[in-house]
Parts: sequence; C-alpha cells; structure tokens
Amino acid sequence: MTPVTAEMPMVVDRQGPSGTHRLFAAGNDAGLAEHVQTFGALPSHGVDARLIDVVEASGLTGRGGAAFASWRKIAATVDARSGAPLARKPVVIANGAEGEPLSFKDKALLAHAPHLVIDGLLTAARAVSGGQLFIYATDAGLPAVERALAQRHDSRSVRLVAAPETFISGEASAVVNGIANGPALPTDHRRRLSESGFKGRPTLVLNVETLAHMALIARYGSAWFRTEGSDRDPGTRLVSVSGPAGDRLLEVAGDAGLGDVLSSADIDTSSIQAVLVGGYHGRWVRPMDYRLSPTGPASHTVRPGAGVVHALPDSVCGLETTAQIVGYLANESAKQCGPCMFGLPAMARVLNSLAYGGRDPQLVRELGRLSRMVTGRGACHHPDGTAQLVGSALEAFSAEVAAHLAGTCSKRMGRRS
Amino acid sequence: MSETLHIDWTRCDGRGLCTELLPTLLDRDDWGYPLAKRATNGDRSNVAVRPAHSEAAREAVHLCPKMALSLANQVAGFGQ
Ligand code: SF4
Ligand code: SF4
Repeated sequence: MTPVTAEMPMVVDRQGPSGTHRLFAAGNDAGLAEHVQTFGALPSHGVDARLIDVVEASGLTGRGGAAFASWRKIAATVDARSGAPLARKPVVIANGAEGEPLSFKDKALLAHAPHLVIDGLLTAARAVSGGQLFIYATDAGLPAVERALAQRHDSRSVRLVAAPETFISGEASAVVNGIANGPALPTDHRRRLSESGFKGRPTLVLNVETLAHMALIARYGSAWFRTEGSDRDPGTRLVSVSGPAGDRLLEVAGDAGLGDVLSSADIDTSSIQAVLVGGYHGRWVRPMDYRLSPTGPASHTVRPGAGVVHALPDSVCGLETTAQIVGYLANESAKQCGPCMFGLPAMARVLNSLAYGGRDPQLVRELGRLSRMVTGRGACHHPDGTAQLVGSALEAFSAEVAAHLAGTCSKRMGRRS
Repeated sequence: MSETLHIDWTRCDGRGLCTELLPTLLDRDDWGYPLAKRATNGDRSNVAVRPAHSEAAREAVHLCPKMALSLANQVAGFGQ
C-alpha cells in the first residue's frame, strides 16, 4: 500500500522519544499532565482511516502473542463495516487480560502508562469509526485505568471490564465472549471477529501494548517507529524477563539478541541452561544466540509471543519444569473441545512419567503422537501452543530425555533410582 | 468450488456419528472425536470435501445431534 512520504497525514510537530525507552518515557505512575508533557496531546487532525496506511508503513505487529499485522486487523474491521447491510459501528477492545503467568508487561503498562493505552484505543476507534469502546483487564490493571479515565474528557465512551485470572481469558474470542456474555471462554472461529464479534458487530481486539505503540505512531509517524528494531521486526517491544534473578520488565528493540536481553536483565548467561521464549505456548531454546523476532528462520530466531523470556538455571531439570507447565495448561483448558479436554491431560501424564522416573522409550513417541493428535483441533490455539511447548522441550532437553530413560537425571543426581 | 466441513469443537461431543457417515474423510481419535484424515495447511477444523463426498457431508451436517458441523465454500478465522 501507500508508502509514507511527505503526504503523511499526521501532524508531526514534535520529536518522539529517542532510543528504546518509549512506552514508559512519561515515568512511573504517569498522570495526564506528565503524559501530555512528555508525548504531547493526541493529534486531532489526521487520526482517522488514513491511519491504517501509517500503521502499515510502521510495520507494527500485535504484541499480545500472535504478531498479526495490526493494520490488517484494522483494515478488515473497516471492510466488514462497509460491507455490512446495516453499517453497524465497530466495537474496539483494548485487551489487557494477560493470562500468561510469566507475563507482567501489560499490567505494568496499564499501571504506569494508562493514558498511552487510552490514546491508542481512541486512535484505533477513530481509524475504524468505532462506537463502543472497552478496556478489558484483570483487577490488578483496572484501578490505574479508572483513575486515568477520570482525568480526561475525551474518553467517556470507554467502559472498563474486569477479566478473570485464567490463562485463556485473553484469547480474542474469549475476550469478546467475556465482555458480551460473561464467561471468558473462546468461541468457535467460523466467523471472523472483524465481521461478527461483540453482539454480532465488527469487532477489533488489540493488545494494550499494541495500542500504546499506535498512540505514538499517530503522533510521530511510522519512520520514527522504525528508528528502532529491524526491517523484519521494527519498533520496540516490552519483554517480561523472569528467572533466578527475579522479574525484570524491559523495553527492547525489535529483533533483539536473546543474550543481550538476558544481560540487560542482569542474568548471568553462564548459569543458564535454557530459555523459554514466548511463554507457556512458546519454545525452549538453548544456547542463547537467537534473535527475538516474529519472523525469521527457526534456527536463528525465536518468536517472542507476548514478550516472555524465562531463564532456566543450570540446577533445575527442564523436563520437570515443562511437565509442571503442561500440567497447568491441561488444567487451564476451558474444557469445551474434546481433543483439548482429553488430549492435554494425556500429554501431561506422559510427560510427568518421563520427568519423574518412567523409563519406557515409547513415552517420547507417545508424546509426539498425542501432540499431532491435538494440534489444530480446538476452538482456540491452546492445544497447538501446548504441543509446541512439548515438542521444543523434547528437542532442547534431548540429553535429559536420554538420561531419564537411562534412569538418571543430571539435575537430580542420587534422587532417582 | 471446493467445500469445507467445519467442526465446531465447542459443540461436538465425540460420539462419532459423522465418522461413520464420512469414513473416507474422518477417523476417530483416541476419545471418539472426528479426526481429519488429511489436513489442509495444517487446519484440521476445516476439512476439505471433494464433490464425491458432498452429499454424505450434507447428511452429516444434518444428522449431527450437536449441530457441530457446517459446510462452507471457504474458511474464515483469524489466527488470534
Ligand atoms: S481448545 Fe481448549 S482452551 Fe481452547 S476453547 Fe477449546 S477447550 Fe477451551
Ligand atoms: S456427529 Fe457431531 S457431535 Fe457427533 S462426533 Fe461428529 S461432529 Fe461431533
């Protein structure tokens, strides 16, 4: 589509923050005054459907996990609106549910930069001529947003909705279902949300961090956004880093090196045996010479998902850790879809057996068989994500698998028979 | 135009009536749920139906006690 040239619709009357310190540039607990002082007011001119071209030129992708091109989602919502017989106003939802236990960046963003998220929501709403607007977040995120909304006059149409603390509550159709009907369970994906979502209306669900980036792109343009990151992964992203040194929230350039991310979080990479990237639906990798990017060859890149990096210290068995995670994921299945409801507990049992003493070499084959069986067979990607995690664990911890099957575990010497 | 048989996993109860009506397209998995014998682009919730099986597929849609099946000419669905 249109490259951004001098024709750019935004009024760029000030410089955006330089470097990767963008989303929190207004400081901790930023109120409206600090927010406006740092970023300037949201431009009143040019923030409309023309924004779609600017977002496309920026290369912004969703920061909630799937890394879908944001402009496409917005454009699909606009198309659905003009195609609909009654031309019903689209619904726009800022998704801050963040059910992933290893992720805390959305909570931090809502707590410290709520005005940026609200700006982003208003920006997206203007791009699609939206009607009803929602911010959906767990209890931890709501008070700051409530205070922020009370400070401003341009956001009266925004409603806050509390999300339950479940793993799956942030899945886009679960978000729509939760707000419209109560239970935050995924629904069948026969129809796109952009065509028929909240109460049958065209619905746009965007992650809160995605919206915060859009609020800055609306102000400073796509070229500014691309001054950090790479062509395949422009801009910055928030990363929740966890591990032996505790939790650290970072904002890093797109396409960042995994080793650099760990060092920035003060993690001594020599004491780390593997890293889980992308969260519980993500991928274990070792060693550290990967780059975080939603696209690129799997041999050198690992998808950041919702920006989760979890470092596993040398002293811990990766198979045991993964077995615990898969047990959790099996429990968090919304138990609507057979293959997920039965398949995930079956996978958890087999992996548990492998992690805690089973020595039958068929266990590995059985995990592969079950993974193939559940993949692609749910209303949401919960089975697929779980299968991906298990597959990556078998690969990254192949030496441990061999040791376990031989009756030893390098991490738990003397404990196993 | 080729059709696809969409399985709504949130409705299906896995008793397997459809797998009996469409043995060329569907197997049963470990728990009785319909398992596409061939996946199109890894998608096993939207099963390609060749014209020869169109009639049987229509019957399955009609007879599924949970109204979990539907036929469409193309598939929608955002990844997320
Ligand atoms: S695939 Fe699993 S988690 Fe997703 S909707 Fe179905 S039962 Fe729920
Ligand atoms: S007939 Fe319907 S409910 Fe029964 S297994 Fe097939 S899709 Fe599921």
